[in-house]
Amino acid sequence: MTALPLLAIELAWWQATAIKVGAVLTVIPIGSLILVYVFLFKMMSHMQSRLGPMEAGPHGSLQVLAEAGKFLQKEDIFPARADRAVFAMAPVVVIVSTFILYAVIPAGPDLIVEDLDVGIFFALAVSSVSVIGILMAGWSSGSKYSLLGALRATGQLIAYELPLVLAVVGVVIQAGTLSLQGIVAAQAEGEIFGFGLIGNPFIFTQFVGFVIFLVAAQAELTQTPFDMPIAESELVAGYMTEYSGFRFLFFFIAEFGTAFALAGIASTLFLGGWYVPFLPDGLLANLAGPAVLGVKIMFVAFLIFWMRFTFPRFREDQLQALAWKFLIPLSLANIAVTAVLKVVM
Amino acid sequence: MSLTAHPAPVDWQKASYVAAQAADSRINVELETEGMVLNIGPQHPATHGTLRIVVRLDGEEVVWAEPVCGYMHRGYEKLTEVRTYPQVTTLINRIDWLGHFANEVPFILGAEQLMEVEAPPRAQWIRTIFFEMARIANITLFLGDMGVQLGALTPVFYAFRDREYVLNLMEAATGGRFHPNYDRIGGLKEDLPRGWVDECHGAMRKVRDFCDQLEDLLMGNEIFQTRTRGIGVIPASVGLDYGLSGANIRASGVDWDLRRDEESPLAWKEVDFKVWTHPDGDSFARYWVRLQEVREAASIVQQLLDGLPSGPIMSKVPKIIKVPAGEVWHHTENPLGEMGYYIVSQGGLGPFRCKIRSASFNNVSILPWLLKGVYVPDVITILASLYFILGDIDR
Amino acid sequence: MSSPETPSSQEAPEEAAASEESAPEEAAAPEQADPARQALIDGLRSKLGDGFIASEIVGGDLWVRVDVSAWRTAVETAKTELGMDYFCFLSGIDWLPNPSLSGREVWDPNPNEASEPVAEGGQMQTGIAGGDTRFQVFARLYSTRAHVGITLKADLDDENPTVPSITSVYRGADWHEREAWEMYGFNFEGHPGLRHIYLPGEFEGHPLRKDFPMLAREVKPWPGLVDKEQIPGEDEPAEEEAASS
Repeated sequence: MTALPLLAIELAWWQATAIKVGAVLTVIPIGSLILVYVFLFKMMSHMQSRLGPMEAGPHGSLQVLAEAGKFLQKEDIFPARADRAVFAMAPVVVIVSTFILYAVIPAGPDLIVEDLDVGIFFALAVSSVSVIGILMAGWSSGSKYSLLGALRATGQLIAYELPLVLAVVGVVIQAGTLSLQGIVAAQAEGEIFGFGLIGNPFIFTQFVGFVIFLVAAQAELTQTPFDMPIAESELVAGYMTEYSGFRFLFFFIAEFGTAFALAGIASTLFLGGWYVPFLPDGLLANLAGPAVLGVKIMFVAFLIFWMRFTFPRFREDQLQALAWKFLIPLSLANIAVTAVLKVVM
Repeated sequence: MSLTAHPAPVDWQKASYVAAQAADSRINVELETEGMVLNIGPQHPATHGTLRIVVRLDGEEVVWAEPVCGYMHRGYEKLTEVRTYPQVTTLINRIDWLGHFANEVPFILGAEQLMEVEAPPRAQWIRTIFFEMARIANITLFLGDMGVQLGALTPVFYAFRDREYVLNLMEAATGGRFHPNYDRIGGLKEDLPRGWVDECHGAMRKVRDFCDQLEDLLMGNEIFQTRTRGIGVIPASVGLDYGLSGANIRASGVDWDLRRDEESPLAWKEVDFKVWTHPDGDSFARYWVRLQEVREAASIVQQLLDGLPSGPIMSKVPKIIKVPAGEVWHHTENPLGEMGYYIVSQGGLGPFRCKIRSASFNNVSILPWLLKGVYVPDVITILASLYFILGDIDR
Repeated sequence: MSSPETPSSQEAPEEAAASEESAPEEAAAPEQADPARQALIDGLRSKLGDGFIASEIVGGDLWVRVDVSAWRTAVETAKTELGMDYFCFLSGIDWLPNPSLSGREVWDPNPNEASEPVAEGGQMQTGIAGGDTRFQVFARLYSTRAHVGITLKADLDDENPTVPSITSVYRGADWHEREAWEMYGFNFEGHPGLRHIYLPGEFEGHPLRKDFPMLAREVKPWPGLVDKEQIPGEDEPAEEEAASS
């Protein structure tokens, strides 16, 4: 895709790439800022019978910018015992992993950075790159809390990568493709008992997969009840303990940016993605698609953050037990049932 | 031969420790791991204050733990010796700063016992009401804070919200939210303001609603239960050995509550309440018992409000208070456990010696025993469930 | 006041004196009325023999003074035979008179009053169940079943206050003994590790001893003590001032 057909303009490859990079660079901070404001600031506050930020902007909506500005102004501290090069690089590695994740999420028939044939495979692969960044951060900080947090994060992310992938396999079997655009198309063309007008979002057939995906995504995002790598009451802030200023902001944006991206992937896989019924592919679909996807993302993110603000956290061994003894067998069973039904029906 | 002629008795505890170490070292030759010493505190979010716990870890398992206190030591036992009796209450308000008023009562009662003064019934009644309200203010925060320690952010805000009703009432009557300094030798500083009793009924209903809410939101949660059940089990005999008191020992099945079991001039004997115990002795049991205690406290306050006698709130005491020579030990069932003052008077204006027995000091001294072999997250669970206030440890 | 301890010879007059000055009428009357506490006294006396020095029941509470050599036995007996399952606290007392904390007599509003012990200067006055020496270690034990408590006391040597540790009886005594060691300088024999508990490791002196200087107070008296002399209604000068102005 070296062109953006919706505008009927032929662009040079470098021009198209620049636009795509620019788009992703805007989407990540905006997406995470929206999540931070809507969920972390407002929804959490109202759930906790308080108002949250109210002063900056209407209903405190500019508070996120103030916070970002605050982090940018802060001193960039390197601990005395830190491995400076690794310490400086770790947040970049984490945010780059988030950055690449956006490359394959479709927001409209043509609104996709790169429609890879192995899109979902690619997305799950690059989302694990952040583990390397987290491990780098924890090890290079020269702090025991950071190290413990990083080791916990590594163990946890590896353990939950499996159910995440296995939950997706069911969808892939049903759709018959790894391409995210293909999965959206499969849902759009699907039928529910012969009733095919609104398509068939896979949440109906793959509900178990959806739940497993959400739980595993929660763990991937290190959100409560799986936030042991951060666990502010135990490890202060886990692998982020020694970070300050814009490096901490990087971690923060990466966390919420990944939440946004994973919610987008979940919406694409299970909720029908950008597809709007009765709307032919074209300019209108390209305009409506991001809005529809955005609403679905907000719904999935709401589920994620609702869990985050309500539940206590597991212990590390209980978390591993949940992954290996419950989620993985369940997702394997889900795959088996899906495969059998696919062949039979 | 040498075994039979061994002069000293065998220290079995030590012997089993050595044997365990030897067994460990055999394994560790193959899986060589190096212990890591982790300093939890003094500035750590889990220690609500400045307690420091040094733990040696093997992976995430605690091999050895030692609490280090004293970062907040204010020397109250020395300071009481250079203050007059009425001035002492200002200090001791700050021992357990969440159970503020409850700290004053045993000291005042002890001094009254030495002076052979008794406060009028209305004063005793109001003291009891405030004592139980201090208990509510103290323990509701624990109920929410336990959630925060386990990662649930929301309950603590509910705790702060509903605690505010109690603190507002405290402020209305005493003028102080945190340090009421309301108790006087021979009575109280002031009578209750008009309309206070009705508002207090309303606040107690809110407190009960809060208990129901937390039971649903936190205590019934499966994750909460897996995190707390079977964690930090204290057998009753060990707990008593270490001097654990209050809900901590009642959660181990010891049915002992000074409000019910000891003669007291306060009005507990006038009301009907239940002392809850739990047989398990784990973190969940401690949480459960405290939750029930808040309900009981609310019920006690309401019963007392209904039967509040009229009359004076101050008995006749001299303007300059001199306590006759003697010694007295007075203890009450404070929110954190047994709190007592051993007052030695030599007829002066101030105590000659005042030993402050605070509950948290003993409650925390069990930590080296309790923390052996648990995981780091459980350290936090256990610390939170033992529920200490730093000022109550360090005095 | 710094006489070495000779238990058998000096006890009787001291005890009589102590009970006379602190609680003359209570010492006799409630002892018969309190069978539970009397049983404790009897149990300890039969077990300790010569180590049992004095006992007193005041205001419904029991004090027993034992010889320091019988300290551990007394605690052990209380736990194993008398049902004192709960360890409450352990601490110390320094019976030296309260020091005068400023150039003038801040402790006494009325220096002519003879009953003020401090005004007499350097006279030790001990409390319930008596005492011979400057230092006393005392511990409170309690039975959570019978709801009866006991305060055990033991006199310690002035120069070398040494007492057997009771950590092997009550594990909770560990921290209390560390505190008493730090605050009073008592040496607990057999304690697993007498380290500072509250004060920094390099701290010198024993703060709760009466001769430990409170420098801030010696330089400037506690303002609260000055205030109390001007309570209106009680103090003549204040009233005169109010009348004249």
